[in-house]
This record gives sequence, structure tokens and C-alpha cells, in this order.
Amino acid sequence: MSVNTTTTGESQAAEQQGISLPAPAAATGNAKIMRTAGIILLAIGVAAPFLSGNFLIFQLTMMMIYAIAILGLNILTGINGQFSLGHGAFYAVGAYTAAIMMDQFGVGYLWTLPMAGIICFVVGFLFGLPALRLEGVYLALATFALAVVTPQLFKLTPFEHWTSGVMGIVISKPEAPFGLPLNPDQWLYFLTFAVGLVAYVCARNLVGSRTGRALMAIRDNPIAARSMGVNTALFKSLAFGVSALYTGVAGALGAIVVQYISPDSFHFALSVALVVGLVVGGVGWLPGALFGGAFIMFVPNIAEELSKGLSGAVYGVIMILMMYAIPTGLGGLLKAALGALSKRSMTR
Amino acid sequence: MELLAQQLITGIATGGIYACMALAVVMIYQAIHHLNFAQGEMAMFSTFIAWQMLAWGVPYWLVIPLTVVISFAGGVAIERLVIRPLGDAPVLSHIVVFIGLFAIINSLAGFIWDFTIKPFPSPFGEGSQFGGLISNHQVGMIAVTMTVLVILFLFFQYTRVGLAMRAAAENPASARLVGIRVGWMIALGWGMAAAIGAIAGILIAPIVFLEPNMMLSILLYGFAGAVLGGLTSPTGAVFGGFMVGIIENLAGTYIPVIGGELKLPIALFLIVTVLVFKPTGLFGRTVVQRV
Repeated sequence: MSVNTTTTGESQAAEQQGISLPAPAAATGNAKIMRTAGIILLAIGVAAPFLSGNFLIFQLTMMMIYAIAILGLNILTGINGQFSLGHGAFYAVGAYTAAIMMDQFGVGYLWTLPMAGIICFVVGFLFGLPALRLEGVYLALATFALAVVTPQLFKLTPFEHWTSGVMGIVISKPEAPFGLPLNPDQWLYFLTFAVGLVAYVCARNLVGSRTGRALMAIRDNPIAARSMGVNTALFKSLAFGVSALYTGVAGALGAIVVQYISPDSFHFALSVALVVGLVVGGVGWLPGALFGGAFIMFVPNIAEELSKGLSGAVYGVIMILMMYAIPTGLGGLLKAALGALSKRSMTR
Repeated sequence: MELLAQQLITGIATGGIYACMALAVVMIYQAIHHLNFAQGEMAMFSTFIAWQMLAWGVPYWLVIPLTVVISFAGGVAIERLVIRPLGDAPVLSHIVVFIGLFAIINSLAGFIWDFTIKPFPSPFGEGSQFGGLISNHQVGMIAVTMTVLVILFLFFQYTRVGLAMRAAAENPASARLVGIRVGWMIALGWGMAAAIGAIAGILIAPIVFLEPNMMLSILLYGFAGAVLGGLTSPTGAVFGGFMVGIIENLAGTYIPVIGGELKLPIALFLIVTVLVFKPTGLFGRTVVQRV
């Protein structure tokens, strides 16, 4: 589980892509395909809530929320090369922040989102500091411990005043503001949609910026990055913070949409699911988060339909087959496909 | 003082469970350099096989070797059929496959034997030693763990196959050049890990009762023990397992507020603290990397 091996594999993939895309024409061709795909996705995203029933809207909303959380995990694992099996913990912190602010202090639900983000950023940054010393399997265990510990902390008696212990907190569903002709489900869908879009654009800009390059340099070769003057300790902790911020905002949205949270909602299976979503979508490829979110949202349901008694086994088989078919996730598959495409257009 | 002694002994006894599991974890880590999340489920499945044979009336002294052999074959089969086709896919993909295996084995066990809790008889019988401080089963468990550890040590230190396995894990390319069949060594590692897991499962089941989810927290403690001791050292893993058991018991007894619920978090927290000061575990070797 050493992170180094992933990163070398990835940097090789990046190199291969770099070699296969020397002509600017081919590159812009690929960019065009991606942009068209993006616009189509956007259009589908806007139209979807008017064409489907409330339960499907709810599921789609949850899918996007998972996608935001996976996006955060991708910044940490895919871009910065640090492994985390504990992002469910940040999701839980975000959810509890939102729920407590609404339940105890009567804060409007929209204001809980930035607050959850800030608190999770601080928590993530602070957790990132000791995590600097750990790598690979050891980091995995430390983050896993975080995922196991966090729900237990919310059960503690001293905090019961705010968290209501194992009972959990019930939140009322917000109505659409400004008299918009939307039912609450549709409104929450669009809210999540907007937050997701902003989150994606920010993540993309972050990856493209100087900071993003520093993060990737640390992933590909920490020693070389340090000798180039990158403050590895600061950037690694920052990556943890930003990643936690994303996941925390997702958690806050999740609490608002589900309208109920309790410590058991954040069993470490959530953290495991986020990792599965990350890998299936493609480590290091930001749009993959949406596919990953869809996978962890819908595939367990499909497995349940296929076989009631053996749903876990069916889910597991699908997961394994997925890894045989596309070991580098959807992102890796697309990269390879686009690479082949541009190669062909060049030889022509 | 008496409370301390009693808690220490209880800690050592539960530590024996974790030591067993940690040993299995380290075994497979040595062979494949991944943490296998499905390890606990494999052990659980083996234990169910043993239970089924006992239910059919097979005598205990025959059940244990049979289970170990079946588990060994099962471990080799999983490596050959599921893991090998993956080849050199990224590490995270391997982890997803382990998670998939976990789901499959867990679900299958629940499907075949359902989720009700089943008692599992101890191979060492009832009764206790040292004036009721520690049960026969716990003494037997510690003894078996130690025996397995010694056998493993001798195997890796003094047999050709053991040496070949170490070489294959350490440097696959060079090992292949000197004629070691690296692929089969890895399969052998899986088989051995499954066999040790089966022993661990049979030893653990009389204490925690048998059900498909019995291994979940134990695997966690096993991981913690293995990491605490250092993943490169079987002796360290056994020591780490015992340490986790002791820490967990003492923390539960002496630190107020904690109680039973928070035993696991505290143990994990202490281990992470140890790791921060000693990042490769207490007995682990630091791997030197060339830039």
C-alpha cells in the first residue's frame, strides 16, 4: 500500500500521455471533446430534476454529495499522493457542524456550509501535521483510526448536550427561497449542483496553479520537490486541510439533504466507500469523482436488486470485475482512449 | 495492585488473539507488501468450515488439521484466481479488490450459515489456571501463538523454501534470475497467511462467538498490533499484538470517561502516537530509498 508505487505508476501514465500528445492540434481536439462532454453533462444535470421523481432526485443529490467528498479525497490522494482511509471522519465533522449549528443556534442552513468547510479545514490541517511523519500503510492505519474514533467521539457523554449522543439530530428540510417554483428536493438538488460546480472549478484551478504543481511535485518525488524549494511539510498539511474542507462541505450538505444524523451514519464503511469511489473514478482525474459518486450510490442498490441474500457478494464481484476491466479507473481508461485517438489523427 | 495484575493478565490473554491475527497480517504483508483487508473474513470463513465439520461430528483433533489444509488451499486459490490476473495494477486498485473480496466472503458466510451467533467449543476444554485468573483456553491460545511464531521463524530462517519466499518478497527481479518461481512464492504466502488465519479464527471463536462479522474489530486490532510492532517483523507483530491487548485493557480500567465503548479508539490513538515518534513501528526496519 505504499503510496510511492501509485505515484510512480501515475507519473508514468502522465508521461505516456505527454508523449502521445505532442501536436497542439491533437491536444485541442481532446480538449474540445472534453468540453463538449462537460456541456452535455451540465445540460443533463440541469434537466434531470424536472424529469425524475423525488426519490431519484434525492439519490442524484446524494451522488453529487459523494462526488464532492471524493473530489476532496482526490486532491489529497490523487494530486498530493497521501493515502487516506479516514475521510468519513471529515464528512462526519462537517455534518455535525451543520446539524449542531442549525439545531442549537438556529443558524440558516446556507451559512453552515462555509462554517463546516472552515472547521474541517482546521481539523484536517492539524491532522495533517502528525501525518507528515507517516507514509503508506502507516498513514493508512492512522487515518483509518481517525475514521473509527470520530463517530465514537460524537457518542461521548460530555458532548451529548450538543450531539444528542446516539439519538442523533433531526433537521427540517429547507424550502426553496425567493418563491422559486421548486419543491424542496429539487431545490436541494440545485443547491448541491451549484456547490459541486464551484467545488470542481476551484479544484481545477488549484491543480493548475503554482500550489497544484507543488502538490504534484511532492507526489512524484518528495525529495526532489524539497530540493527545488517546495516547503513539503506546509504543502502536505495544506493538502490535508483543503481535502478535509471539501469533504466537510459534502458532509454538511449530506446532513441537510438526509435531514438526520447520528454517530452510526458515519461508520467507517463510509470511508471505505469513498476510497472505492475514488479508485473507480480514477485517481488523480478530477471529473472521475462524479463517476465514483455514482458507483458508490447506485451499484449497491443494483446488487441488492440482483440478489437479496447475496447483495454484498454481488457488489464485491462487480467491484473486482471493475478493477480487472479498468484498473486505473474511468480516468485511466479515458486517458488511454484519448491518447489512442490523437495518435491515430496524427498518423493520418 | 491486584487489579493491575489481573488487568495485565486479561490484557495478555486478549493480546494473544490480536497477536495471532497480527502474525497472519504480517505474513501476507511479507509476501505481497499490501495490507489485506479480506484477511479477517478469510479467517472467519475458515472458522465456519471448522464449525461445520464439528457439527457433522468430526472429532476435534481431525478438524484442526483439515481446516488448516483447506484454508491453505483456499488462500492459494484466491491468489491464483483473483489477485494474479490483476498483475501490476496500481496499489489502490489492489485495495479495492481486497474490499471486494471482503464483501464477497462476508456475504457468502452470512448466506450459507446465516447471521445468528453460534457458540464454538474450545479445543482446550473448560476450566482455568492460577486461581481463576486465566482460562485454559487463553493459556492454550498464547501457547499456540508462540509455537506458530517459532515454527515460522525456523521456516524462514532455515529452510530453502522459506529463504526463497524471503528473496521473492525482497527483490522479485533478482529472485527470478536465480531461479525462484516468484509467482508461486506469493501464492504460498497467501496460503500460509490463510492457514495462520484459520488457526487464529479457531482460537478466537470460543471467546467472541462465531458470526460473519466477528473478525471486524479483531482485524483492526491485528492491524494495529502489526503496525505497532513493525510490518517487517513477525516477532514484532506478536509483541505488538500483546501490547495492544494490554494497552486496551489498562486504558479501559484506569482512564475515566473511557469505559468499554472507547477502548478501541484509545488503543488506536496510542498506536498512532507511537507511530509519530517511530514511523516504522517498534521493530520495523527503515527502508532506505535511492533518489
